[in-house]
Amino acid sequence: MGLTYILKRLLVMIPVFLLVVTLVFFMIRFAPGGPFSSEKKVPAQVLKNLEAKYHMDEPLFQQYLRYLGDLSRFDLGPSFKHSNRTVNEIIAEALPVSMELGLISLFWALLIGISAGGLAALKPNSLYDYIPMSLSIMGICLPTFVVGPVLVLIFGLWLGWLPVAGWNSWQDRVLPSLTLGFAYAAYISRLTRGGFMEIRHQDFIRTARAKGLSEKQILIKHALRGGILPVVSYLGPALAGIITGALVTETIFNIPGLGRFFIESALNRDYTVVMGTSLLYFSLIFLCNFLVDIVYVILDPRVRYE
Amino acid sequence: MAILEIKNLQAHFHTRKGIVKAVNGISYSLEPGQTLGIVGESGSGKSVSQLSYLRLLPSPPLRIPQGQVLYRGQDLLTLPEDKLRAIRGHKISMIFQEPMTSLNPYLTIGSQLIEPLMIHLGQSKKVAWKEACDALTRVGIGEADKAMKSYPHEFSGGMRQRVMIAMALTTRPEVLIADEPTTALDVTVQAQILELLKKLQKETGMAILLITHDLGVIAGMADKVVVMYAGRVFEEGPVETLFEKSAHPYTKALLKSTPRMDQLQEQIPVIGGTIPDLSQLSSGCPFYDRCSYKKDICQETFPLERKLSSSHHTFCHVEEL
Repeated sequence: MGLTYILKRLLVMIPVFLLVVTLVFFMIRFAPGGPFSSEKKVPAQVLKNLEAKYHMDEPLFQQYLRYLGDLSRFDLGPSFKHSNRTVNEIIAEALPVSMELGLISLFWALLIGISAGGLAALKPNSLYDYIPMSLSIMGICLPTFVVGPVLVLIFGLWLGWLPVAGWNSWQDRVLPSLTLGFAYAAYISRLTRGGFMEIRHQDFIRTARAKGLSEKQILIKHALRGGILPVVSYLGPALAGIITGALVTETIFNIPGLGRFFIESALNRDYTVVMGTSLLYFSLIFLCNFLVDIVYVILDPRVRYE
Repeated sequence: MAILEIKNLQAHFHTRKGIVKAVNGISYSLEPGQTLGIVGESGSGKSVSQLSYLRLLPSPPLRIPQGQVLYRGQDLLTLPEDKLRAIRGHKISMIFQEPMTSLNPYLTIGSQLIEPLMIHLGQSKKVAWKEACDALTRVGIGEADKAMKSYPHEFSGGMRQRVMIAMALTTRPEVLIADEPTTALDVTVQAQILELLKKLQKETGMAILLITHDLGVIAGMADKVVVMYAGRVFEEGPVETLFEKSAHPYTKALLKSTPRMDQLQEQIPVIGGTIPDLSQLSSGCPFYDRCSYKKDICQETFPLERKLSSSHHTFCHVEEL
């Protein structure tokens, strides 16, 4: 895999990006309602002025071209609902919070998921397998809005060890990141177990054993790489999802992250914020998958991209 | 003194469907520098018997109810795991049937080759790398430096089997167990690999335990042959004796069913029937159903060893074939 491959991948991104811009732009415009429609009747003149201010009086296609023009200067426009704030400002403020929460959650997810899955794979069909795997089923089934409040109840209210909400000290990071990371840890543990179970029965593991390697050496040198591949492919979408999809967690713990804007904007028809968050989400997914593909080549020498 | 002596070894798999008796009390020995061929159909227990005492099979389901496997007088079956590991891959090495999958696809040839040298001989990475390079050259791989940095998928099946052989022999083992080393390879490559094994045996003086179902391979390689069937040894003897004066109905039938180049054959004779279900074995001879010489006693008890000469033994109630 050379530089040409990386360049090609980035070039392919441009038309896909344009397609996403176009689709999201027109889809949200065609959705009924608009940023200024509410139960309260707005006087006709006010509405007209508002529309003029945000160029909504122009034909739709012209608005689309205007948006593309602004986008090429990395200007995502003003928010329709949060007056006096641009989408750039909103993202600049909320994205670091979401990224911090996401990365800490992912750290938990990997730490818990890989150790639980690895343990289960080492001692299959024993309690070391059944207990973590039952927990992981729970982790997959239980929604965040159950896990979060339960953790708050136990560690925040009964034991009083950790704060129940907010985003200031490091203690504030613990419960939200565990809540968000739990489901991901559950998936990762199952992927890890599956990956290792498959590797364990490969002929080359028998060869390693026949050479006189200890089980620990076999695990670290021969089984880890292949066993971890399913987790690596999962990490691309997981990383993007964990950064942007934390709405419930952010709401439970009152964290000023991006997830809130993502949902609110869609409900409020805050067109520019919808566009901004969607494009950000797309870019993150693209970037994460791209990184995963590169890591894949490093881990598995048989994979080659032309 | 024998370098490896198997005494009355049993290997059973405890499965949900019952006990599969893969190996049922086999005995034979391997002398230093000798090539012992173990021949038999699929499912005769020839591989399982080797894998069982080297602890390369998951246990459970594998259990070894009785037997002894003596390497230089010490019983491998009662040895603690770490002691056995010090012998496995060092003094007793093994190569497998599937060269395509027996090497780790994620690691370079070199990093896999140096492992035995580093683990068993305590060599530094640098010294081991150099020695592994020499080992590759010895098995006929050109540009060894480049090969060391390659990955298994860049090699053909024959080349990979050469790598496996090089890897098994880096520590100069006294015993090489070759489990159908040429079965997955095409005929010309087969011959090359067998020649290579012979050459290396001459150089190092190792004993080879060659597992195969190919009587042609046995004829070309082995000094002594053990014929196995349904987890039992049926006949054991020097290779010429076994081919010319086989004293067991199964060996005879096996030889007859081998295609021959020197005779025109309309049809190759086959042994009718199939091997018995290893979870439903009777106390009699497992070949009973397929044997054309069978007597009533064969159904009741498995025969005792009958010596035909000091080196030729058979296990059959029928004395005149």
